[in-house]
Amino acid sequence: MSLFSEGEPIRDTRAPDGSIKGRWDQRRFGGKLVNPANRRKLSVIVVGTGLAGGAAAATLGELGYHVKSFCYQDSPRRAHSIAAQGGINAAKNYRNDGDSIQRLFYDTVKGGDYRSRESNVYRLAQVSVEIIDQCVAQGVPFAREYGGLLDTRSFGGVQVSRTFYARGQTGQQLLLGAYQALERQVAAGTVEMFTRHEMLELIIVDGVARGIIARDMVTGEIETHTADAVVLASGGYGNVFFLSTNAKGCNVTATWRAHRKGALFANPCYTQIHPTCIPQSGEHQSKLTLMSESLRNDGRVWVPVEKGDTRKPADIPEDERDYYLERIYPSFGNLVPRDIASRAAKNVCDEGRGVGPGGLGVYLDFQDAIARLGRDAVAGKYGNLFEMYERITGDDPFEVPMRIYPAVHYTMGGLWVDYDLQSTIPGLFVIGEANFSDHGANRLGASALMQGLADGYFVLPNTISDYLAKGPYEKIDDDHEAVVEARASVTDRIEKLLSIDGDRTPDSFHRELGAVMWEYCGMERTEEGLRKAIDRIRELRAEFWSSVKVPGENEELNQNLEKAGRIADFLELAELMCIDALHREESCGGHFRAESQTPDGEALRDDENFAYAAAWEYTGEAPVLHKENLEYEYVKMTQRSYK
Amino acid sequence: MKLTLKIWRQRNAADKGRMASYELDDVSPDMSFLEMLDVLNERLIIEGDDPVAFDHDCREGICGMCSLVIDGTAHGPQRATTTCQLHMRHFKDGDVITIEPWRASAFPVIKDLVVDRSAFDRIIQAGGYVSAPTGSAPEAASIPIPQADAHDAFDAATCIGCGACVAACPNASAMLFTAAKITHLGLMPQGQPERYGRVTAMVDQMDAEGFGGCTNTGECTSVCPKGIPLETISRLNADLLKATAKG
Ligand SMILES: Cc1cc2nc3c(=O)[nH]c(=O)nc-3n(C[C@H](O)[C@H](O)[C@H](O)COP(=O)(O)OP(=O)(O)OC[C@H]3O[C@@H](n4cnc5c(N)ncnc54)[C@H](O)[C@@H]3O)c2cc1C
Ligand code: SF4
Ligand code: FES
Repeated sequence: MSLFSEGEPIRDTRAPDGSIKGRWDQRRFGGKLVNPANRRKLSVIVVGTGLAGGAAAATLGELGYHVKSFCYQDSPRRAHSIAAQGGINAAKNYRNDGDSIQRLFYDTVKGGDYRSRESNVYRLAQVSVEIIDQCVAQGVPFAREYGGLLDTRSFGGVQVSRTFYARGQTGQQLLLGAYQALERQVAAGTVEMFTRHEMLELIIVDGVARGIIARDMVTGEIETHTADAVVLASGGYGNVFFLSTNAKGCNVTATWRAHRKGALFANPCYTQIHPTCIPQSGEHQSKLTLMSESLRNDGRVWVPVEKGDTRKPADIPEDERDYYLERIYPSFGNLVPRDIASRAAKNVCDEGRGVGPGGLGVYLDFQDAIARLGRDAVAGKYGNLFEMYERITGDDPFEVPMRIYPAVHYTMGGLWVDYDLQSTIPGLFVIGEANFSDHGANRLGASALMQGLADGYFVLPNTISDYLAKGPYEKIDDDHEAVVEARASVTDRIEKLLSIDGDRTPDSFHRELGAVMWEYCGMERTEEGLRKAIDRIRELRAEFWSSVKVPGENEELNQNLEKAGRIADFLELAELMCIDALHREESCGGHFRAESQTPDGEALRDDENFAYAAAWEYTGEAPVLHKENLEYEYVKMTQRSYK
Repeated sequence: MKLTLKIWRQRNAADKGRMASYELDDVSPDMSFLEMLDVLNERLIIEGDDPVAFDHDCREGICGMCSLVIDGTAHGPQRATTTCQLHMRHFKDGDVITIEPWRASAFPVIKDLVVDRSAFDRIIQAGGYVSAPTGSAPEAASIPIPQADAHDAFDAATCIGCGACVAACPNASAMLFTAAKITHLGLMPQGQPERYGRVTAMVDQMDAEGFGGCTNTGECTSVCPKGIPLETISRLNADLLKATAKG
């Protein structure tokens, strides 16, 4: 049986025509508005309180809509966005270094390896400037110059300095800004907040999204929430790999449940693997910690020339070290983009030259920087990162080179959305990392925070009004058949999970799934490996549903029941990721197919056959592929080169 | 190494709760404290026991979710370190470790080591923000802020809202948490228009939630993983005094 079939292409993305510069204006002018007096009669559910969801809920509340906001943590302030370190891009051109909206647009399309939609990316670059204004007005303490003006730095291999930052905690400060705006609306009564609530199902009435089923994670109560529109801002699915830099609770459940109900899932195989993370230290490892990319500005990456060299790094003489990034990429050296640095590290480890436990690590060495700049200067730049590294590993990077290894960090794929950020289910909007838009096959550093806030503060609140203007929609009673059906599917699943009473813990399945995905659908993918993975995932899914052991009951705080539900969804998503990776017989951005490389081992795109976004339809059996062709009117497609 | 864990077990808010003892062999010094609890929980599930509930999410010291009192100290023995960043190399073979939840009447226990900290959100709701609706912002560069003020505001703004300060305080006061927000916003020009209303409203809410008064014992700052200093409390008190004078 074939793994998938192909259906109708997607022809309409709802992006306005005309010059790209005017499209967003045109869309805002073309959309219907809701009379302020009618807004409080209209309700919107927002799932997620990260940068995207927090900003959206606060803004919709300010506009006067009735908002219900959900998160699984005990406070909206703890969403995973809090962990972002490096910064946020914006085309302010405060440095007068040649930046512009056009350049940010161009860099993002090129960085995404020509697999994103031009209209959306251009709008993102336009809106970026307003984001910084908004955040500053909220009191976000961005880094400042001596003169009191905003400081910026260059980030992720671009040539202009457009990244705004708040020390190494930019995500935290931006999120607290959105969180405070959200709490202001809670106090004003426009936003109702539901913490420790997990969305487990989407309610669809007559083909339109009308609500969610959520579980109160403290009491176990299964609740029905209806509204005129539903917004998913539930983040990325990197935790399908078990080990990733994501927070432990990050999951795909909200978007996967919507996918099962008809929303197309686009480009699931596009994942970003970050080159500088602290390697795994043992079997017990529960997550991986990112070390900021900025370390590559001064650290030199190397491994021993000889295989299996177990000498201490200090005992390995200079001529027996291979500074492989500097050797292979003389012009970019240690600063090559993330995907390239990650794959190069994998290659040297595969050759048996990796260092540390299991040979899964490479050195990031600061000796030269310390000699050149002095210990104090290095401490000034990287002190807090060195401390963090020492806290986790027990080693002091001033004395011993850091050990780093790539780890899953971000997922570019997500639910397919049109220009209005609406999914293929009317009334269901998807924002932030949860959607597939803007980053194509690879995301540039500091662009996720920009996209989350662009979607949440500026894009969604405008586009959703066109949809809401057609409401209010008919009230849905709790005994409506669509509600009854959605509730039953949730309670049946919970009962099933609790009743299997097998002999393996939920985490043991998650670890095994993660290992399969990392091996076959990680940094390098092959047809043979992906086929193996699909077979293994199917077996594992069957084993899960026959031998998982979920302790306790539904009517209590039950962290293993929460986990088990999420893992069940990851076990389905994983198969779709492998099918997507298998069908895309080209390499692009974060997706590297070993069969598609240049003679010197670089990723080789196939624009003739694959310049499209792959949007998958759920059928319960083989998924159906719908292609959205990508046309480039404003940026010329070229092969990336960093040599 | 081998360890004995004495852990607070409480089925739900109504249950009285008790300490229970568990033995763990094979603890690696490279494990984080929470990974050590993961190992225990995996075993408890297979043995048919109820695993220990504890809050956590980022496991990187930034979300503020983890919250354990370890051997009597909120977040454990290592200074300026959250529970999730504490590693087992700080313990030794044969140690007996006690693990308890945050204890404060404003933070009721939900289950085992998990408590309800929603009171903190309500303190923020009372005034911990700048009223700047989306779209109303002036151009960012039009608000210069002296670097030193931005620096100090940032230091206060790094509070992760974990609640260790409350857990450590003999009066279960939420002063350090509240003062951190007052200081962050009070040091920035954007925070000035609402400055005095904010301090009064947030302190009133703190009292209404049942947090105790501050008697300057300084326990809060010594356990604070982000090193929020006691000066923030002086700043709050000064603002409160001015606010009262203004009426
Ligand atoms: C360590 C790290 C560092 C990073 N650094 C940077 C950086 O420097 N610059 C940059 O631009 N990007 C960075 N990123 C990426 C960026 O942080 C994320 O892509 C972005 O924050 C995602 O925001 P979001 O609002 O889409 O989702 P999230 O912040 O992940 O929020 C998801 C929300 O959804 C809720 N949720 C999820 N599922 C459910 C459910 N079923 N029911 C109810 N609620 C649910 C959660 O409670 C949460 O509130 C970094 C990422 C990591 C992991
Ligand atoms: S002041 Fe410190 S201890 Fe208190 S909540 Fe904030 S970070 Fe935690
Ligand atoms: S789990 Fe996030 S701070 Fe500890």
